[in-house]
Parts: sequence; C-alpha cells; structure tokens
Amino acid sequence: MSALMDQDSSGMFKVQQTIGSVVCCKCGVPMPPNAANMCVNCLRSEFDITEGLQKSIQIFYCPECGCYLQPPKTWIKAQWESRDLLSFCIKRLKNLNKVRLKNAEFVWTEPHSKRIKVKLTVQAEVLNGAVLEQSYPVEYTVRDNLCESCSRFQANPDQWVASVQLRQHVSHRRSFFYLEQLILRHDAASRAVRIKQVHQGIDFFFGNKSHADSFVDFLSKVVPIEYRQDKQLVSHDVKSSLYNYKYTYSVKICPICREDLICLPSKVSSSLGNLGPLVVCTKVSDRITLLDPRTLRCAFLDARQYWRSGFQSALTSRQLVKYSVFYVEPPVGEATVGGQKYALSYVLIARESDIGKMLTVQTHLGHILKTGDQALGYDIYGANVNDDEMDEYRLHGRLPEAILIKKCYDKERERKKGKPRAFTTKKLPMEMDESRGGRGVDPGKMENEYEEFLRDLEENPELRFNISLYKNKDYQESDETASMTDGEGAPTVPIEELLAELELSEEGEGDGEDDMDE
Amino acid sequence: MATRLQFENNCEVGVFSKLTNAYCLVAIGGSENFYSAFESELADVIPIVKTSLGGTRIIGRLCAGNKNGLLVPHTTTDQELQHLRNSLPDQVVVQRIEERLSALGNCIACNDHVALAHTDLDKETEEIIADVLGVEVFRQTIAGNILVGSYCALSNRGGIVHPHTSVEDLDELSTLLQVPLVAGTVNRGSEVIGAGMTVNDWTAFCGSDTTATELSVIDSIFKLREAQPSSIVDEMRKSLIDTYV
Repeated sequence: MSALMDQDSSGMFKVQQTIGSVVCCKCGVPMPPNAANMCVNCLRSEFDITEGLQKSIQIFYCPECGCYLQPPKTWIKAQWESRDLLSFCIKRLKNLNKVRLKNAEFVWTEPHSKRIKVKLTVQAEVLNGAVLEQSYPVEYTVRDNLCESCSRFQANPDQWVASVQLRQHVSHRRSFFYLEQLILRHDAASRAVRIKQVHQGIDFFFGNKSHADSFVDFLSKVVPIEYRQDKQLVSHDVKSSLYNYKYTYSVKICPICREDLICLPSKVSSSLGNLGPLVVCTKVSDRITLLDPRTLRCAFLDARQYWRSGFQSALTSRQLVKYSVFYVEPPVGEATVGGQKYALSYVLIARESDIGKMLTVQTHLGHILKTGDQALGYDIYGANVNDDEMDEYRLHGRLPEAILIKKCYDKERERKKGKPRAFTTKKLPMEMDESRGGRGVDPGKMENEYEEFLRDLEENPELRFNISLYKNKDYQESDETASMTDGEGAPTVPIEELLAELELSEEGEGDGEDDMDE
Repeated sequence: MATRLQFENNCEVGVFSKLTNAYCLVAIGGSENFYSAFESELADVIPIVKTSLGGTRIIGRLCAGNKNGLLVPHTTTDQELQHLRNSLPDQVVVQRIEERLSALGNCIACNDHVALAHTDLDKETEEIIADVLGVEVFRQTIAGNILVGSYCALSNRGGIVHPHTSVEDLDELSTLLQVPLVAGTVNRGSEVIGAGMTVNDWTAFCGSDTTATELSVIDSIFKLREAQPSSIVDEMRKSLIDTYV
C-alpha cells in the first residue's frame, strides 16, 4: 500500500486522506459523501427551504417624490434598482429570519410594468447538519400612492406652516442685499417654499416649523435681531387631540447700519465707558461695532444690549455729503480696531457745494486720506436732526462741525463708467410685492441702491468675507489693465477672490479657484 | 436477497437482532411480525432464538458473535445465559465476558475469520475474542469512529462501512479483512450501518426506509444475488461499486 506520507508541523506523519465517493441513497448517482448522504437534487426535491417564505408582496410608491412606503408612515427615497431599494425590499419580507440570506439581486423588469423581481439565495439546515442552498424569486407589485406631503402639496401648493417676517425700519435696502448674499452663501433659505419681498423687509415661508426655526437661528448669528413667535390654529382633531398650527416669526433687524452716525443717549454712553456722544457704526454682524472718531475707541453691542436701550441713528448714509480734502496733517495717534487700522489726524476740508468755507476737523481716516482726495462725511453743523440730546450738545458747543466717514472714489469710477464689473452676484428667487400698488418699490431706485451696494463690496474687503462672488464671463481682462496705467484705479475685487460658476456642460468645467480669504 | 422490515415501527433492525451463519437472535417484541419475517427466510436452515440480554431488547448491540461462538456482556443474567446455551447449537460457545465496554455489538465487528475491535478494548477481551470466536482481531477505526461495530456491517463475502471513509482507509480495511468493502448508507442515508441492518452469507435484513439504491448496493457487495442472472449484477457493479480488492 503506497500511501502518501506528509510530515506536518508537529513532526507526525499524516496519511493523505482522499474522500471516496458513495452513491446517493435515492437516485444512485455517485457523489462525495455529505451529512445527508443524498445528492443535491434529491435533497432539493425532498426539502423545500423556501416553504413558508413570502414570494409576492405589494409595495407603495409615490410618483411625485420617488419614495417607497414603509408602513406605517415612513417614506423612503430610493432609485430604481438601487441598493437602498434592495434593502427596503428585503426588509419588507416577513419570516426571512428563519433562513440565512446569502445573496440578493434584482432581476430585470420593465420599469413601467409596475413589478420588481428580486432573486434571493437562502441557506438553511436540513436533516442532521446538511446545509442546503436554494434561490427563489420574489415578485413585488408596485402600486402608486401619493405620499402625505405630496398630496398636501398637490391640494394647495402655496401651503406653508411657518413664516419668517424679516423687517428693518430704515429707508434703504442695503442690509437686505447683504443678507441676501449671506443667505445664498450659506444656503439658509434652501428649504423655503416662497420668498416674498415687501416694503422694508422680506417674508420667508417654510413647510416645516423646524426649518423656520433654523433659519431664525441663522439670522441671529449674522445680524442683531429681536424676534417674537406667534401661532395660529388651523385645524384641530378632537379625537386624537392633534392641533395644526401656522407659526409666524416676526423678526426685527436692528436699524443701525454701517456708516451711520449715532448720538448715544447719556445712559448708554456712560455704560460704555463714556464713549463720546457721537459715534460711527463701522460694522454690523451679530454685534454692532461703534467707533468714536475722536478717541478711536470701539465698543461692541450685541442684540440684547442694543434692544435694551433701542436708540436710533441720527444721520444715515443718505445724508452723506462730499468734501474735498485740502491738507492732511501727519497722524497724531493710531489704533487698530477689529482688524481695521485707523489713524487720528487733523484735516483741512471744505464741502464741495460750499468750497469757500474751510473747516479743520479731526478724522479717523488719517491713514487713507491724502491731499486732493474726495471724502464723504456728515455735515453736523448744517444737519437738521430730531434729537434732543444732540441739540443739548450743540448748545454746549461740544459737537464737531463735520465727521468724515469714507473716502470717495467717484473720480476714479468715472473712468470705468459703463464697463462691466469683474464679478457678478447671484440673487434669491424673490417675488415682488405687487399687491400694494402705492407703496411698491421703484425699480430705478432699487437699481441705484444695488449699484451702491456693489460699490460697497468693492471698497470693503471685510464685507466680502462671507459672500460668494462669481466671475463675470463678459468681463475682459485687458480693459482693466489699460485703465490702470492712468494712475491709481478705483478699488476692485481681486480676481483670486472670485469663484467660477459651476457649469454642467460637456467639458465638465468644475468650480474654479476657491475663495482665498484674507 | 435483502429483506426490508421493521421492529415495532423502528427501522434500526440491527439493534434488535443478530444474524450469523449458524443462528439468529431476535428481540422479544410486542407483535410477532419481526420474528415471522426472520422465520420465513431462515426457518429450516438455522435456529432463530428469541431472547433478551440484561433485560433489554437491544440485543444486536450488546452481543457479538459468529458461527463459532457468541460473546455476551456482563449485564446478561444467568437465566438468559442458560437460555442461550440451551437454544443454540452445541458447537456455538456462549461466553460472558467482563468488560468495561459492555455494548459488544458496537465495539466488535466480526465475520467467521476476522474481527475489528474497539481500540480501547482490554487485552484479555481481545484474547477471549480470538479464542472463542476463532478470529484474528484487529484494532481499527472506521472514518475516525472507534465504534467499529456500529459503523460497519460485515459478512464473509463483503462489507459496508461508514460513507465518509476515505479511499486509503477503505483500502487498508479491505486488506485487513480480506473482503471487498464499499462505503455506503442504509435506511435512507443513515450512516450507522451496523445498527441499520444485519447480514450473513446468504441473506440480509434492512430497515424499511432503505431505498432501492441502497438495497442494490447491499445485494451486490454481499453477493446476495448469486442465484440471479449475472449480467444484471455485473452491470450494477460497474455503475455502483468503486473499490475492490
């Protein structure tokens, strides 16, 4: 007998074992021995492991949103013949825990036949240890059934559950332009059902209270707001005590804007450490930044602090007038506040409309003003402000004659007149408020305001921080360089900050350089 | 020619009977059907003895024997021993042995010339087996199982072993026993062949669950169809039997 001897790891000789073959006890075909000693076909004919398993079942599908119903109430979104659909189909089968599922796959069916076929391969133990594997098809009949939200939407497309009424009681819409860009950047209003523009504000409508909640949350992080929430009963199910409400958030944005001149009430002034009665608002985010132009001191007020006193601005950007700068003395003091540099110096200026009258005033813009520049500022001497406190100060002669706010780039802009900008912005899909005929917005005025807003963006890099600006396809690089040779140009947005718009064309052009932030 | 029968609705015929070339032992059942089946086959040829061993009916698994002798376990009562001595022919030596492993039918598989024994059997027991049964004793395992008596059925002409026996083992056993062996099943795929059937040189009895395929395997390996036209036997051999020595 020549058995093959192997030496295994323990050093023992082991005889190689060849599995012999026996005959199947039923059909007589030779086969290797197994636990049942029957060939696979005989085993299969004897034992059906798919007995008692569901072979056909009905599922519900919403054709509007492409979701499948998982009773009692959940709708699961799944694509045709996707993995999600496969796991959903398997979950719907009862009794599948009695056997072990080995494999599942889709069998092709016509999509409009309303049938899904899944081939399942299961394993189960039969007859003293023999494991039998069998595959069988399961047929799903798909029935169309609109899901709840789709049917509600179909019945009344304008249905909203929560609305946010955003208002700011000022005469311009600058804050809303800025907010619009912020919202677009952060996608905060993506779940809004409708957006409507109204006088002094915007209305947002949501299908869900939580969406409105998160939107108001977002707003509180970017602008100082005060809000109240109210609800209105729509319907009431007596038996199950279910109440259907419509929720309304009334949100007020603080009326203080950038570049506003404010005369602080004495209480506020002393609480902020005797900040000079006249302050300029330099930045509005979730806090208001107030700068005293005489001492270069800054104070921050958040929403709660502001609304405790609720002061109004004395002069707004509408009342800015042009001044010519004749002479700038070297700065007597410098300060850096919130990332911005300021330098205190005396300048000799005169109003454009009244060149003869020269004024020497203190200004905080000493770092950017030069002789021959133009600047915009408030004429306090000539202003008519309805403010008792301010009148008091004027009486005691403690008010300056003018306060400069920013440098004016009108001369430089003359050169670029008519030429398109290097960047464009996106807009929110807003409806205009057509219902109020008399108080409707004047389109010409809107355009002017928007133009001013864009100029603002160009001049202030910190404003661009949270905003996405896109490359203007019509803009030609060469025009810009030609005008640059004439001397200092108007401030523009550097090209590194612009995003290329995502174009889903055949070339597959993706998102361009991302915002390289300061 | 193999016969299919049942003992009280149980197909494990080898548990309740012991068949040799000289005698046959059957258990005492509720009805006489079991006994009659044996009688109809063997009536005038060999004596059929109804008995119990140690008060139990599982006599096939408790005793081991061939035409020369019969070994019974120590649990056998004196009356049973006497009854056996009286009923069996004189040349058959009935011996009671003191052995820890008392299910001798499970531990010993024998024919008239050679026997396979459980590996843990006492030395004295082995000697007694050689002496009483007049056989050569080999300690072996079948497909890794030490209960050789349960997993094989042996006659002077052939044998069936556990279906998972490898080819090399089959060769080795065949050489030892000097008879052709086949790995097969009985009672619809049951591996416990010794308990499922009982056989001697010219006849065999199997449980009624045995399929026709199994029956034909049994018929051919034990050469029970010698009287039949040989062409059928030859054909079946070709298609069924794998190993011959």
